[in-house]
Amino acid sequence: MTPADAARAPIEAVWRIESPRLIAALARMVRDVGLAEELAQDAFVAALEQWPADGVPDRPGAWLMQAAKRRAIDQLRRAERLRRKQEVVGRDAEAAEELAAADFEAALTEEIRDSLLRLVFTACHPVLAPEARVALTLRLLCGLTTEEIARAFLVPAATMAQRIVRAKRTLAEARVPFEVPSGTDLAPRLGAVLAVVYLVFNEGYAASKGERWMRPELVNDALRLGRMLAELAPDEAEVHGLVALMELHASRMPARVGAGGEPVLLLDQDRARWDRLLIRRGLAALDRAQALAGPLGPYALQAAIAACHARARRPEDTDWARIAALYDALAQVAPSPVVELNRAMAVGMAFGPAAGLELIDQLVDEPALRAYPHLPAARADLLAKLGRRLEAVAELERAAGVSQNGRERALLQKRAAALQD
Amino acid sequence: MRFMLFIHPGLPSSTEENSIPSREAIEAMSRYNRQLHEAGVLLDVNGLHSPNEAVRISFHVGKPQVVDGPFAETKELVGGYWIIDVKTKAEAIEWAKRCPIDAEGPMIEVRRIFEISDFPPELREAVWLG
Repeated sequence: MTPADAARAPIEAVWRIESPRLIAALARMVRDVGLAEELAQDAFVAALEQWPADGVPDRPGAWLMQAAKRRAIDQLRRAERLRRKQEVVGRDAEAAEELAAADFEAALTEEIRDSLLRLVFTACHPVLAPEARVALTLRLLCGLTTEEIARAFLVPAATMAQRIVRAKRTLAEARVPFEVPSGTDLAPRLGAVLAVVYLVFNEGYAASKGERWMRPELVNDALRLGRMLAELAPDEAEVHGLVALMELHASRMPARVGAGGEPVLLLDQDRARWDRLLIRRGLAALDRAQALAGPLGPYALQAAIAACHARARRPEDTDWARIAALYDALAQVAPSPVVELNRAMAVGMAFGPAAGLELIDQLVDEPALRAYPHLPAARADLLAKLGRRLEAVAELERAAGVSQNGRERALLQKRAAALQD
Repeated sequence: MRFMLFIHPGLPSSTEENSIPSREAIEAMSRYNRQLHEAGVLLDVNGLHSPNEAVRISFHVGKPQVVDGPFAETKELVGGYWIIDVKTKAEAIEWAKRCPIDAEGPMIEVRRIFEISDFPPELREAVWLG
């Protein structure tokens, strides 16, 4: 670490902690997320210039907020003067000055909590393309730099910077209000937010691109986001369901990679390596989801399935009948060919490979699964159990042919080779 | 990466007083814990009973020897811990600095927790975590 890096590290740490609520509070003031982010960024740059010489202030969050608010008020005054010339009355500047007087660091007030929630919904707004939602969410709510996000998604930094700039412009042009949706809008918009978090998680948990099988940084970012969201919207069962699902899946990470970096499948994992702390947290989050009224949603149901695995100390202790029933319920609320595939696998485990194969065979012509390596891989598994080895080998080769991940491909080829011995 | 923050209250050695902290201290610490929780970084937190109740098992040539508290040197006794999951060591330090301690003497120690990937590959299979 160079001396310059050493001086930067504590300031970046402050930024990581403070930037979400800083941007949220500013966005509430200026009603423009892009502008709020720029104001916060300017304050951060000012800190990078001043703190190495003057030392980190005792209340760094308040310092950043003051610096950003001064700029915000200047901006609003200029905008208002312009508006007055056009004879339109605005009260924003007054409201901003009122806000500036409030104590920023007095824990999470209801107002900051509400501002953060608005920020979440704005960053995940449906006017944005899914990849723009992801980039903006990581930038605004996880305090990640553009370079970090670019690295995580294996795209050039310039591309990611463009994506973020365009996303902010889209929000401004569409005049997306800085608010929490209400009424019938809430459910689908919350769904969009959870989808963004889960997408980040999955890109880290089962990387769709590249040679690495997992990217733990993204998993941790998603977990942090999810846990944050669970506190911002504690009455939403699906938020807890998603957190439970992520904690339980993440608990398996230490066992999911072999010594050579290759993936290890669930039933082959050394369960002694599962992270008990994350399992405990996952089960607690699932309890919270189940304690709230209403039927379980797709995330809570998937978490309940993951919990069945987490509770089984040995693979043979797994309650497959319960898992099959949970997939059945999942297929009702969130029907998809992938869910059907998993249901077929669970049925195969609970009631024998022939029963599973019967269900899977109904899926082979499913267009959505054509390039999905898990279908032929799952079919191969059942065929092998039924002693139909040659067919199983062919299916594994087919799976390897459509896999996009180098590590996964190698594993599939290895399984095919093992069956041929 | 995960860190364990140990708090060493640095109590005077022959403290007879009840080790339950004041309401104000509890409230301040609860606010801090809430902040960690709301930021999505807190994995676990616990406080420990008075070191007067502590017992040490020391090993001499592999033989355990049980020694009851209280102990003379109390400066380094642990009073509680947090487990947090953060992006960098600097972030762990920044969180530790925010701990609401309103006294002279306490100290927080920041320690990184071992991950399976910290072990050399040939040793990983020997690791059993529960």
